[in-house]
Amino acid sequence: MAVTETVITTPKRSIWGGGFAPLKASYGKLMMWFFLLSDAFTFSALLITYGLIRYSYPAYEGSPVDFVFAPDKWWPIPEKVFEAVPFLHGISAPLVFVGIMTFILIMSSVTMVLAVEAGHRMDRLAVEKWMLWTILGGIAFLSCQAWEWSHFIHGTLEGPMVAEGTEFFGANLKQNQYGPPPFADLFFFITGFHGTHVLSGVILNIVIFFNVVVGLYDRRGHYEMVEKVGLYWHFVDLVWVFVFTFFYLI
Amino acid sequence: MASEETNHIQVAPPDKAKIRKIWMTALFLGVVTAIEFLFAFVMEASVLRTSIFVGLTLVKAFYIVSEFMHLKYEVKVLIWSIMIPTLFIVWLLLALLIEGESIFMVRF
Repeated sequence: MAVTETVITTPKRSIWGGGFAPLKASYGKLMMWFFLLSDAFTFSALLITYGLIRYSYPAYEGSPVDFVFAPDKWWPIPEKVFEAVPFLHGISAPLVFVGIMTFILIMSSVTMVLAVEAGHRMDRLAVEKWMLWTILGGIAFLSCQAWEWSHFIHGTLEGPMVAEGTEFFGANLKQNQYGPPPFADLFFFITGFHGTHVLSGVILNIVIFFNVVVGLYDRRGHYEMVEKVGLYWHFVDLVWVFVFTFFYLI
Repeated sequence: MASEETNHIQVAPPDKAKIRKIWMTALFLGVVTAIEFLFAFVMEASVLRTSIFVGLTLVKAFYIVSEFMHLKYEVKVLIWSIMIPTLFIVWLLLALLIEGESIFMVRF
């Protein structure tokens, strides 16, 4: 009895006083959120650098129809650079391929939410199904990106460019046929850094998928790991939304 | 062994309304992306077009973060501790774009 009384008469503490979770989220989930916040800073630094460097070069003025690549004159219009689609050689389809990639990534984000939803219901089979779709989406996106890099590096057939007195096709870190050297550098850096995130996301998804299959989370009693890896996966999708706008549309 | 342990797990039935909402959000994101494509081709590059792109991107970002990442349903303190630091990004954006323009003035 004496013990109970002392408990009751304890002065009221604030929710930050300990023994209580003020943010109503687990440690792991919070740390994932703050990691993603720091990652958002990294990505915005990269994208804003793109803005800075693009602003410091002359923009192309005139009709997009007459646009030609001129590395020493102006920054390229993205829709003229990214207009190739696999198996459709020589056909101009501006931004179609990157649209497909965006669609793939958004769909894999949806399947991830569905996996999280199934996890809340302890439905192991549904989690397995949706996580597998998510992994497939991630691999599909990475394959598309590999093709796009390869095409960007090897260049287009028509319109040979004269850079430093020599004919040059495609792109490397020193020069490229599309625009000023930083254009290709930023392309490699930004889409490469995003691709690295997709790759690590796929690996994390595979690890979690394995744990789901062996029944680890059933024994643990909750599927919070699926939620955490889901947060990371949605973030990768979120970054792509920004890369898509600032690198490909504007 | 593992199957014996997992056999008594209670699987709840799918929440139809919740799943419908997820798909509706996905559809919305797809439609906004389609609108962005439309603008990319029917409009000439201009400050207005760029602002439309940025606006639509922020709309998409809002739906991804609030619905898919579930931030809308978290505690207020958590929402603010994620959102307020992103003000630094706005600052960096303004600072570096102004910087870029002055580099342009010096160069050309």
